[in-house]
Amino acid sequence: MKRRKPRDLVLFLLTWVCVGVTALVLLTVVGYILFNGVPYIRPSLFAWEYTAQNKSLMPALVGTLMIVGLALALAVPLGVFSAIYLVEYARRGSRFVKVVRLTTETLAGIPSIVYGLFGFIFFGVFLGWGLSLMSGSFTVSIMILPLIMRTTEESLKSVPDTYREGSFGLGAGRLRTVARIVLPAAIPGILAGIILATGRIVGETAAIIFTLGNVARMPNHLFDTGRTLSAHMYALANEGTHAGEAHATAAVLLLVVIILNAVSSKIARIIKAN
Amino acid sequence: MNKFILEGVNLWYGDFQALKGIDMEIPANKITAFIGPSGCGKSTLIKSLNRMNDLIEGCKVSGNILLDGESINGDTDVNALRKRVGMVFQKPNPFPMSVFDNIAYGPRTHGVKSKLALGEIVERSLRDAAIWDEVKDRLKKSALGLSGGQQQRLCIARALSVQPDVLLMDEPTSALDPISTAKIEELVITLKKHYTIVIVTHNMQQATRISNRTGFFLLGELVEFGKTNKLFSLPKDKRTEDYITGRFG
Repeated sequence: MKRRKPRDLVLFLLTWVCVGVTALVLLTVVGYILFNGVPYIRPSLFAWEYTAQNKSLMPALVGTLMIVGLALALAVPLGVFSAIYLVEYARRGSRFVKVVRLTTETLAGIPSIVYGLFGFIFFGVFLGWGLSLMSGSFTVSIMILPLIMRTTEESLKSVPDTYREGSFGLGAGRLRTVARIVLPAAIPGILAGIILATGRIVGETAAIIFTLGNVARMPNHLFDTGRTLSAHMYALANEGTHAGEAHATAAVLLLVVIILNAVSSKIARIIKAN
Repeated sequence: MNKFILEGVNLWYGDFQALKGIDMEIPANKITAFIGPSGCGKSTLIKSLNRMNDLIEGCKVSGNILLDGESINGDTDVNALRKRVGMVFQKPNPFPMSVFDNIAYGPRTHGVKSKLALGEIVERSLRDAAIWDEVKDRLKKSALGLSGGQQQRLCIARALSVQPDVLLMDEPTSALDPISTAKIEELVITLKKHYTIVIVTHNMQQATRISNRTGFFLLGELVEFGKTNKLFSLPKDKRTEDYITGRFG
């Protein structure tokens, strides 16, 4: 074994400390939430109807899942197909592509409250959808569209051109090449983008409160108002009397995110295996 | 019998002229080698034989390329053309799927659906590419787990799976070790019975070992084209002589 040089040692310690601090911060947050929240997780917290006594998170959980499902159903096809167009079909470096890319990059940088205000005015007032699952999911789907597009574009670009050449060389057309060769190879990257997008939706409060509202009631139809877990936490913490339930909700939210991620990576594995 | 006839082929990448007035007759069921220093246009020319150049932006071709007497320019169905004129690339490029699916991809593209027929095509193609015995027990496993040499023979099998007339090979052994190279050269010689083969190579020994005709390219021009043994023993052009004796390149 060679003796470490002092400079190497310093760098080694520095990286080690950074890793340690990062891990510690994460563990502290998770630990704090679990410590304060888990004692408040009771069956009544999952009652179908919310009352002032049980502070049930069920309507918010259902609302969250519906918003995530609807927003992804809107944004994923749109974002993925746009990215396919930009990478596989459009002439590289054309003006149109540049304009589209500039707009998506700009959209990605807009604060969510702005989307909320836009969604409220456009979907809620102008289209008359009011505070509803429809307004909420359309608004957050616009919010995550640039994210899905960018990650899909990047993962399509990372598929080696030699795969495309191999496919074209066998007489396959562009459609078949994209559908059978490029897209399957890009699926893991696309799913990573979808997971990130899911995280953004689940964590969103400002845009959601603006467009879905924040009513603790089980939504009955798509034009009904409701709330999501994050908005629910915000409301509970705001009331000041139910900090425990707010922490319990946070614990459940963590679990929901972990389950959603596990499901997506499971899907990724199944797609890859086939 | 000539497979390809090239008449005054010019090719530009944007403003850069990569091929200058190429006239050439490529005989059927023979191996034709293209040699020349880097950037001489040999890869560009081979890629225009199945219109893979279409994929490069700003690429313009003039002149005539005839395959079995018919022009492949203009509104030719490029997918049908590429089925007839298969290609093997410089770096082995198996798809990230199983060995079986790699070979079955071509026939499936052209409408073969029956499992039985696909199985037969896969076995025949792998046998023709002399790799059947090495992969027959792992047809369902990923092709990316094969060695570089095996991958390249798999790519040859994949090209054969759609029963082409012509096989274009763009420096197929440049990324391989000598043993794999020898196997591929041996294979190429057996394949010429059924296929017309055009091979680009950096390696002059390779051209002398396997090819019947050799074309020497320099700066986008076809300097000399003829029987391989003649071109290497009695080159007519001074530039050819300089190149094959190692004075440049």
